[in-house]
Amino acid sequence: MTLDVEAVRKDFPILSREVHGVPLVYLDSANTSQKPQVVLDTLTDFYAMHNANVARAVHTLGSEATNAFEDARDKVAAFINAANRDEVVFTKNSSEALNLIAYSISNATTFPGADQFRIGPGDEIVVTEMEHHSNIVPWQLLAQRTGATFRWLPIDDDGRLVDSSIDEIITERTKIVAFVHQSNALGTINPVSRIVARAKAVGALTVLDASQSAPHLPLDVQALDVDFVAFTGHKMYGPTGVGVLWGRYDLLAAMPPFLGGGEMIETVDMTGTTFAAPPHRFEAGTPMIAEAVGLGAAIDYLSALGMENVAAREHELVTYALEQLATIDGLTIIGPDVPVDRGATVAFTLAGIHPHDIAQLLDEQGIAVRAGHHCARPVCVRYGISATTRASFGIYTTTEEIDALVRGVTKVKEMFS
Amino acid sequence: MTLPMESMYQQIILDHYKHPQHHGLPEDFDAEVHHVNPTCGDEVTLRVRIADGQIAELGWEGEGCSISQASTSVMSDLVAGKPIDDAMQLQEKFLGLMQSRGNSELTEADEDELEDAVAFEGVSKYPARVKCALLGWMAMKSAVAEAGWSGTDVKQTEKSGSQS
Repeated sequence: MTLDVEAVRKDFPILSREVHGVPLVYLDSANTSQKPQVVLDTLTDFYAMHNANVARAVHTLGSEATNAFEDARDKVAAFINAANRDEVVFTKNSSEALNLIAYSISNATTFPGADQFRIGPGDEIVVTEMEHHSNIVPWQLLAQRTGATFRWLPIDDDGRLVDSSIDEIITERTKIVAFVHQSNALGTINPVSRIVARAKAVGALTVLDASQSAPHLPLDVQALDVDFVAFTGHKMYGPTGVGVLWGRYDLLAAMPPFLGGGEMIETVDMTGTTFAAPPHRFEAGTPMIAEAVGLGAAIDYLSALGMENVAAREHELVTYALEQLATIDGLTIIGPDVPVDRGATVAFTLAGIHPHDIAQLLDEQGIAVRAGHHCARPVCVRYGISATTRASFGIYTTTEEIDALVRGVTKVKEMFS
Repeated sequence: MTLPMESMYQQIILDHYKHPQHHGLPEDFDAEVHHVNPTCGDEVTLRVRIADGQIAELGWEGEGCSISQASTSVMSDLVAGKPIDDAMQLQEKFLGLMQSRGNSELTEADEDELEDAVAFEGVSKYPARVKCALLGWMAMKSAVAEAGWSGTDVKQTEKSGSQS
């Protein structure tokens, strides 16, 4: 089965609007994806017909809301092939999921029975040079709080991890390896099994940022064999305000809480508190109920398309985009310039023209791209540039839109020549 | 490519970007400033020499997006050789234009005063780019202040007096 892109496009109302008097060409899905009608309808229906708080109201609406929220957890668990639905923790986004792990680990310093998570001076945390800031800063802060050392795997000129550094940087001192599945700034898909094998050999925990892979590739957390996975709903055609932390149950069950509050407790006394089992231990307070239900609808939508089909379609798109962009003189792809182990996100520079000028002028032609450092500033520093222009694709992207991008960039070049 | 009327990129802007005015740093100067716009990574280094209450000389170097570089060029043309009070008034006027969020109501007199700087009117609709257009103007204001000008107060009057 192949993806029927025209049918998909009809499901996204925003794609029929115009910008500056011309049809919208939305090439910024890595920033946030657009939402299909079914997700919008699910949000409206939840608030219109089933709204109540979860896990506490005994009335009918409370039961309906709780069931809808927990159904969404089942959908997420099935989507990522989790062994156990209780391994799925709802967070507000990927950043919160990653911070949750980092803060739980520092809370382990004084938490009874959490010895396996304790880190301190002499221990090392390893990330990569291509991380989004959300997978850099929480670990830098953790290193600061605990006295551990923060290190990183460098990237080469082609936008890939330096393979030899995996064995050099990940050592017996490494306690955590946190890395991105697919880079938001380069499009690179990292060798997960290679990194995980090394991390396991030295006894380090592995944390995978799947924000840019969950919307585009089949995700099987058991096959990936990592310890934690973070991703966000709004990049996978769901609402903003909901993300997911998946963790191995035995690890979540031993991990100290991050935020304290309602619904994360077993019992509370003024002299002390015991905590609920995962996932609720990590979901303090009223959660993002409608958003989680909306994410469930987005997952149903993606599952109906089939993630294998999505991946195959987007591979065609990026193959086409790399070929077409290569025809523009003065354009340099920042990241892998061949469609091998890379996703459908293409960043580039154009000689002598600032990315913000390119993005602004493309916008005047109805084409939405992102320009800047894409919250992955070390990547720009690595290549000695201040910013890139980035086009990122999704299930609704067409080759005609890529043609429009190429025409648009060519026009920008003419203006500045 | 012909530019639509509503484009942020008027021909004047592109002309200044391609042929920046007062580009280069004068050797004889009273103050040098370096301003950065973190959004685009735009940078400008600007030097001024002041004499008799006027911007006697002004030159700059920079890199970044076309809006920041062209705006600095336009500003230089407008204020070099002008009385500092006039330059500050223009700066205020341009700042007001940039803060108008696309709703500026320029009079003909304003347009005459702002000359080429009117071309940046469209930028005011894009909050992310306003800082680009203001970079050179803010640098000029700082440089003039660092060179010792502090409005029409006594200190400046004395300084002007001692120079004449």
